[in-house]
Amino acid sequence: MMGNENKPMKLIYYPGCTLKNQARNFDVSTVSSMAELDVEVEELARWNCCGTVHALSSDNIMNRVAPVTNLIRVKEAQASEFMTTCAMCYNTLKRANIEVKKRADVLETINDFLSLEETKYAGDVDVLHLLEYLRDRIGFDKLAEKVKKPLEGLRVACYYGCLLVRPKEVAFDDTENPTIMENLITALGATPVPFPMKTECCGAYHTVDKPEIIAERTDKIMGSANEEQADLVVVSCPLCAFNLDFRQDDARRLNPDFHHLPVLYFTQLMALAFGCDDSALRFDLHHIDPQPTLAARGLA
Amino acid sequence: MNTTLHISSARLGDPFVAQIEKISGQNLLACYQCGKCSAGCPMAAHMDVLPNQVIRLAQLGMREQLLAARSIWICVSCLTCNSRCPKDIKIAEIFEALRQTVLRGGNRADHLEIRELTPEARGALPPIAMISALRKQTS
Repeated sequence: MMGNENKPMKLIYYPGCTLKNQARNFDVSTVSSMAELDVEVEELARWNCCGTVHALSSDNIMNRVAPVTNLIRVKEAQASEFMTTCAMCYNTLKRANIEVKKRADVLETINDFLSLEETKYAGDVDVLHLLEYLRDRIGFDKLAEKVKKPLEGLRVACYYGCLLVRPKEVAFDDTENPTIMENLITALGATPVPFPMKTECCGAYHTVDKPEIIAERTDKIMGSANEEQADLVVVSCPLCAFNLDFRQDDARRLNPDFHHLPVLYFTQLMALAFGCDDSALRFDLHHIDPQPTLAARGLA
Repeated sequence: MNTTLHISSARLGDPFVAQIEKISGQNLLACYQCGKCSAGCPMAAHMDVLPNQVIRLAQLGMREQLLAARSIWICVSCLTCNSRCPKDIKIAEIFEALRQTVLRGGNRADHLEIRELTPEARGALPPIAMISALRKQTS
């Protein structure tokens, strides 16, 4: 399903707030690597915050307004589907979409509230995560053909966290033992390592006011990757990335035996393997610099 | 916390129990206390009342103990418990209902003091961290 030489495929792309702030490396590596795959990503016009968390209370319809407004914008872009890379955005947008498709009363209330919008939402947009787009629309075998610099010898621990695999209705892979990222990085030439902590929570928003919890989580999760002799950990969530990368000094204070390990977005490994330049990688935005590790493997 | 409970059948039909069931959309009595939720909970080490104990206290209508528990603010809705519960009870939704009961209580009872953070600390945090923390812990 790759675009031919004359006509690249077009895909509406929802970046989300953090990809325009701390996670600009996730944004630029996504756009650059998709261009290498002949997919033209078009940033959704007038997108707004997804809401970040799906309210778990049955009566909180107000928190569905932000995600549904984005689904309206996708319709206004004449599209019936769109792609996002941030695990939090994906989860929140997808769950709101599933709910309004199931519950006509909730959808009606939201459309009534958004009465000034010219477009009504009717449950007619699909939410895709980039990983499932790569697997199902491009195919990892086709993706492997685009690799210019195979990531040979690079040992990678793939971290999924919570939001790509839970709850089951949003998961595009096995809830307990997902392997989609391992399959992707194998196509890029890297070696996935076993990673028992791959779906363990990083502590999420406790990073705001309970950093001691994040230190404990980071120590356990990164410690597990270290035990498997991983060179680095890849993620798809900017909050996981922040906690596992920027809280490593706290983990070191908690556990003097803690070893620092770089944390990258899976899109950065794609951009690296596709031969994109440094502006597509933005390693300057990391706390633990990945460059010495990559250089040791002849990749930087 | 005090581990002695004075159980009375009078509390079983308590409006508090009905409210938790309504907000969470869950049937509390479906739980048979297997403990799988607590066994897999990544936050259990930081909790004063374990998830299966929270469900038991909720079944019994122990309102004061539950609403004062640190645990309800420690749960980050990772949904590991939900995905493993053999009775398909959404335990995280019950924790959300307990937080909401506190936050909707009439007196402003925010559990996050954002102004206590320095401007530097606030500036370093990703937007998704700030927004999710505020959405979960303030009204």
